[in-house]
Amino acid sequence: MTTLKVTPLNAAHRAMGAKMVDFGGWDMPVNYGSQIDEHHQVRNDVGMFDVCHMRVVDAKGDGVRAFLRYLLANNADKITVPGKALYSAMLRPNGGVIDDLIIYFMTEQWFRIVVNAGTADKDIAWMKEQAATHAPKLSITSRDDLAMVAIQGPNARAKVWEVLPQTKAATESLVNFQAADCGEYFVARTGYTGEDGFEVMLPKEKVEAFWYALSKVGVKPIGLGARDTLRLEAGMNLYGQDMDESVGPLESGLAWTVDLKSERDFIGKAALLANPPSNKLVGLVLLDRGVLRGHQKVKTPHGEGEITSGSFSPTLEKSIALARVPNGVAIGDTVQVEIRDKSLNASVVKYPFARNGKGLL
Amino acid sequence: MSNPSNLKYTASHEWVKTEADGSITVGITQHAQELLGDMVFVEAPTAGRKLKAKEECAVVESVKAAADVYAPVSGEVIAANGDLDGSPENINSDPYGAWIFKMKPDNAADVAALLDAAAYQAVVDSEAH
Repeated sequence: MTTLKVTPLNAAHRAMGAKMVDFGGWDMPVNYGSQIDEHHQVRNDVGMFDVCHMRVVDAKGDGVRAFLRYLLANNADKITVPGKALYSAMLRPNGGVIDDLIIYFMTEQWFRIVVNAGTADKDIAWMKEQAATHAPKLSITSRDDLAMVAIQGPNARAKVWEVLPQTKAATESLVNFQAADCGEYFVARTGYTGEDGFEVMLPKEKVEAFWYALSKVGVKPIGLGARDTLRLEAGMNLYGQDMDESVGPLESGLAWTVDLKSERDFIGKAALLANPPSNKLVGLVLLDRGVLRGHQKVKTPHGEGEITSGSFSPTLEKSIALARVPNGVAIGDTVQVEIRDKSLNASVVKYPFARNGKGLL
Repeated sequence: MSNPSNLKYTASHEWVKTEADGSITVGITQHAQELLGDMVFVEAPTAGRKLKAKEECAVVESVKAAADVYAPVSGEVIAANGDLDGSPENINSDPYGAWIFKMKPDNAADVAALLDAAAYQAVVDSEAH
């Protein structure tokens, strides 16, 4: 048996009654009580997530913007206001998705990058390899000294200000997808739930006290189970499930993040232009009784597809999914999903399914 | 919650209650519902279906995962709990009340040979280590 990695909040999760699971090699809370209650807690009020397993990377030095402009499928030139964030895929030269990540523009000498836990080591190796060729003076530093907590829900910001009043002046005016560097606390108005809120990066040794301080003002801990249903309802991809290195961003619902029109060259661009995809990502809502799950086959008149993420939507009280299907499939079509020995009807819909406390179908 | 001593159990986490007429009522244990979490869908076998012991015959799905339910003994299904169609969460709130299906066992001795509460608890404890 391999030893699981733990975050600095491990003891706190256990003290709060979490059910712990192996999540990609990390010992993480999947739920503390009812996963559905935790989901509604975030949509309607506020909850907090341990996201210390995600990795913060700082890219520093002259020319950092030009380097990111080449490294990423989205265009770093879109962010010009300090603190502004950008979501992007990072591609192999063949167009496969290495990871999806968020970059924050802080200064022309400093961009902060947040990457997924399971891909962090290969991401950093890739960034360093590319930097060695294209920007050898740049420093790429994995911030293993930092922890991260996401506080999400309509009341999230107010709760953070209650606990960290010293950050209020600098973070009150943040727009969505913008961060402020408040000394020890880096506060970003970002998240993975489709709700308002902050993601707070802070020194590892301070995170347990921060977690308990949030708990004391009424912020409930939320497990990875509800995190998954929240992000699925919000129509946000999960790396390793909805996309990976075997598929490109255009067939993963990420065309909006890929800038193919400008003159700018970036890693993977030539492959994307040379191979227009024949599949696309759509939303599904199950019409019959059952639950959609990843890897179930989808039958359509245009050929076969596959569910990439599926679950039960607590907001809609229906089963929903993201599925990769042939381009000919249209919104409003009815398709068949194979679940065990049955073929069940599902409706093709435009996603997101729910955001900001409300169902969108 | 302890496992009721008047029930029999399987290592695959079904509980079995013997009724006065010799038929059995089957559900999933407290431990099983705890592992699965919030239930959102139950597919029970239809009356008249003949089952072999340990055959997959029902599916319970939580938000997290789908799990098979197995026939504890051989026999014929005589009823399914239709209440669970609209209220699968009853399995979470009352696992030993929210039965899934009823069977007429081929052989009463098969039922007697299932695990008692203490033996089932030993199975649960061994899984935790």
